[in-house]
Amino acid sequence: MTTSYPIKQGLFTRPVWLAIAACTLLAALLPILNLAFAEGHALHVSAYTVALVGKFMCYALAALALDLVWGYTGILSLGHGVFFALGAYAHGMYLMRAIGDQGQYHSSLPDFMVFLDWKTYPWYWAFTEHFWYCMALVVLVPGVLAFVFGYFAFRSRIKGVYFSIITQAMTYAFMLLFFRNDTGFGGNNGFTDFKTILGHSITAPATRAVLFLLTLAFLLAALIGARAIVRSKLGRVLQGVRDSEARLMFLGYNPLWFKLFVWTLSAVLCGIAGALYVPQVGIINPSEMSPANSIEMVVWVAVGGRGTLLGPIVGAFTVNGLKSWFTAALPELWLFALGLLFIVVTLFLQQGMLGVLSKFKRKPVVAEEGA
Amino acid sequence: MSIRMLPGMASAEAGPTYSRVKGEGVDTTHGAILYLEDISVSFDGFKAINKLSLDISVGELRCIIGPNGAGKTTMMDVITGKTRPTSGTAWFGQTMNLATMTEAQIAHAGIGRKFQRPTVFEQHTVFDNLELAMKMDKRVAPTLFARLTSEQAGKIEAILRLIRLNGHEARPAGLLSHGQKQWLEIGMLLMQEPQLILLDEPVAGMSDAETARTAELLNELRGKHSIMVVEHDMGFVTDIAQQGIVTVLHEGAVLAQGRMDEVQADERVIEVYLGR
Repeated sequence: MTTSYPIKQGLFTRPVWLAIAACTLLAALLPILNLAFAEGHALHVSAYTVALVGKFMCYALAALALDLVWGYTGILSLGHGVFFALGAYAHGMYLMRAIGDQGQYHSSLPDFMVFLDWKTYPWYWAFTEHFWYCMALVVLVPGVLAFVFGYFAFRSRIKGVYFSIITQAMTYAFMLLFFRNDTGFGGNNGFTDFKTILGHSITAPATRAVLFLLTLAFLLAALIGARAIVRSKLGRVLQGVRDSEARLMFLGYNPLWFKLFVWTLSAVLCGIAGALYVPQVGIINPSEMSPANSIEMVVWVAVGGRGTLLGPIVGAFTVNGLKSWFTAALPELWLFALGLLFIVVTLFLQQGMLGVLSKFKRKPVVAEEGA
Repeated sequence: MSIRMLPGMASAEAGPTYSRVKGEGVDTTHGAILYLEDISVSFDGFKAINKLSLDISVGELRCIIGPNGAGKTTMMDVITGKTRPTSGTAWFGQTMNLATMTEAQIAHAGIGRKFQRPTVFEQHTVFDNLELAMKMDKRVAPTLFARLTSEQAGKIEAILRLIRLNGHEARPAGLLSHGQKQWLEIGMLLMQEPQLILLDEPVAGMSDAETARTAELLNELRGKHSIMVVEHDMGFVTDIAQQGIVTVLHEGAVLAQGRMDEVQADERVIEVYLGR
């Protein structure tokens, strides 16, 4: 029988695959050029650039995670910063333990605990000297928080702006909690002054190169994995949640579990992004949980183009690139520029940067999406 | 009552007729798929439905007509669990009491309803709309790993032809005409393989050609599904009722019942509805 039904192609069209491959190779080249050529050589890439791009990739991973819930499922989270920060803190606990007695006070406890006159680690720091345990925490802490929070919010059918507001409240509450010195996570200074990771100096160019390439690998894997999900039947159900949740219920789907699945997955990806961020940036403190940070993540997604997966990555790089330039050249104007950018995007580029790109081409860049 | 135990409770005996449409989980041994007994619904004292009794046989195409406010939509709401009856009972088959079931349970048990306004997924293609509606395990993991089998694709194609949307399967549903959206909605209902189909004003807002095409579609479904159609359009009802029973509702109760020509000749019906 001849089939007239639409044939599902690969995950991306050939030009998009090529673009992804080119960007990946280009990015992978950065730390290699940094290692291979001495400073002053024409092909040398500065350690600053490597660290900056590494940081941007972590942001891009968080933006990708946010796009899964916002762009595809229509759940606008204004609190994804908390998942990012929790992933970062979970990894940070290991990095703090790895400092050993190399800290300012040469104690086996982290400096901030010595400062508080604590004699032993609090119970929740148990096992954090093990790298694998902290990596499990990176996944479990944001995952469990998102699952529990999401279960109660989605079960109560909290939607739209109400959901956004409570996510904002959640990240704010966590920020206040982590600002307290007694919480045991370093108060407003957070974790910093890391020395080693798995026995390797954290500032060594080779360590940085490995971290950079790991981040790149995670970003690429997350992009392909997320694309596979949104192209699956489950992806079409998620878009059904976004467009008409009531209709979906009449078809016999229970939106609760679908929302919870994508929400938890997104939080875990965000936590991984945070865990990759902390050794490269060298600090994590509660300001990462400030409501403004989470809103900035939404701006990355909106600028790049929501519901496209590639867009948020482009958006994270663009906005943060602009931010780096502005805060160096015209620091007092950055917030105005960010505000203006958001207004321009909402008014004129509702599909974001990728939307503009697909308008120029006859065929949309991201085939089939339409959103 | 748990729906899960019902398949075991269903009689193995085939009914005298329509055995191929006999419900899996629905016990229709007495030939009826739906019984409404003395149903009343009142909203703040206003009786939208007043001691309504009605039964629908397996495989029947039943038309319900009546002036505005006769309680047609409220009756559909009672059957689908959207509204609870103030008194009376509603049975689906021999064993399922609809008054005690939730909307999701009723939908799962096999009552599919098409609303007045089509609500298809406008961003999804016609094909994807039908695929989403298809009867299958609709939990998260099976959905994530679902791969369309050729059998399922064939089923979608058959429905596409039936609703005359073959050739449109790759178009976003939002681009369809109003009539096509209504057909897609009917197609989505059929994909769910319901035991009983409720159609609420299927031709409202349709052009004459689309109305005629919808009548053709329903005539094709006759005998293969149990269908209940609520409609205002007399010409359309005459087209699809043929020799079947038409029920006239008035002020929340059955005013008259019989073949279309009998009903049209009924003095009371002419008075309240047809003769205006």
